[in-house]
Amino acid sequence: MEDTFGEDDYFGEDEHIPAHEVLQTLEDAWLNEKFCPDLLPSQDSYVEAMMEQIQQMEDNLTKLKKTDFRVEVHHMELARIRYIITSYLRTRIEKIEQNTAFILEQETTRSPENPHLSEGELNYAREFLALQENHQKQLVLKHVPPPFQDFMSTQQSLVPNLRSHIFLRAKKDVNGVVIEGDRDTRDEEVDLEENSQHIMQYKPIANLIHDGSVQLI
Amino acid sequence: MPLTLTQRCCHLLAPLIPFTVVFIHLSDDDGVRQVFEEMRGLYDQNVAAANDSTADPDGTAISSIAIRHAALERNKRCLMAYVFNRSKKLRNMRWQFGSILPPEIKANLCEPEIQWFNSYSKCLARYMKSIGGQGLNLAQDVKPPKSLYVEVRSLIDYGKFELDNGEVVLLKKHSTHLMSRAQCEPLIIQGVLEQINH
Repeated sequence: MEDTFGEDDYFGEDEHIPAHEVLQTLEDAWLNEKFCPDLLPSQDSYVEAMMEQIQQMEDNLTKLKKTDFRVEVHHMELARIRYIITSYLRTRIEKIEQNTAFILEQETTRSPENPHLSEGELNYAREFLALQENHQKQLVLKHVPPPFQDFMSTQQSLVPNLRSHIFLRAKKDVNGVVIEGDRDTRDEEVDLEENSQHIMQYKPIANLIHDGSVQLI
Repeated sequence: MPLTLTQRCCHLLAPLIPFTVVFIHLSDDDGVRQVFEEMRGLYDQNVAAANDSTADPDGTAISSIAIRHAALERNKRCLMAYVFNRSKKLRNMRWQFGSILPPEIKANLCEPEIQWFNSYSKCLARYMKSIGGQGLNLAQDVKPPKSLYVEVRSLIDYGKFELDNGEVVLLKKHSTHLMSRAQCEPLIIQGVLEQINH
């Protein structure tokens, strides 16, 4: 990977993040998003940076001779990166379409500095919800008795199962994760050691994904 | 056997549950209409019962109203689920075939559904254009790349197909080619080519 991007590949003028670190961040975000029941904060700035990088590398590749064997290797590498990016964004779009109203409502409770949706995704979610509402009105709601005609988006929307189980690896030591008990058991506290792997419910560790202490696998 | 209360709507939903089946003779209009009729009937009974306040000495009318109300809610929910799941199938078609629906599928859709498909298509295209400032087609690169080139067999007489580098290949039925994955992926999804696995 380091070979594909030379050590002098940097992003932007002021942000000096090596390209392979950006890729690593995106790969982590992609896996997290894939295995997480809820929608995680968007990494759109990284996506954008990576796309610019791809563009640049494609331009560079056209300058190389076709017979140069490195061309093939680099094309392969680019195809892999493109797959990660598109798969990441596809996963997010699927979640947005499935739980549109829930995600939009969650988004209004967050501060503007800490959004989970990128601008494009937010517009998309709003348009998609309007589309669904109109569709339901046309096909169902118009034809049912008057008191049953409202759409009530939040009530009809599906909600992600935050109690579903996930596999995770701790990236650093985390102490005192509280696991809520149910009626028969009491709350329990567990410590996660660095590099240890666990299966647990998503809810207690949701915050740890956000601050990067754990990685879903 | 006549279907009892609210059973009709379950019959609508049942064929949608196995998701692998591309069941798209979706406009079971008759079934939907019968559910609407059932709902109107229930509602009228409820209105009549509510207006006739004299005849409820033992509170039975109240419980009947509550039951009918629950049935109405349930029917509404089932109808919406039916419409939602159909739109989800249509959505998958958009990802599979692009913005133009194959005619045999279009024949099974009602007018609002065709409109929904077109609006969805536009909505998605707008989002894809906005990604990263330069736009990105998310319907591509759907499988993790294992090698740059794949061996494919043409399933139909497709005709000439121009490659990125300007070369033209003739895709005849049963002919096999070694092509770059990125270029033939859309054709594989559309069912023009088939990947040959060794």
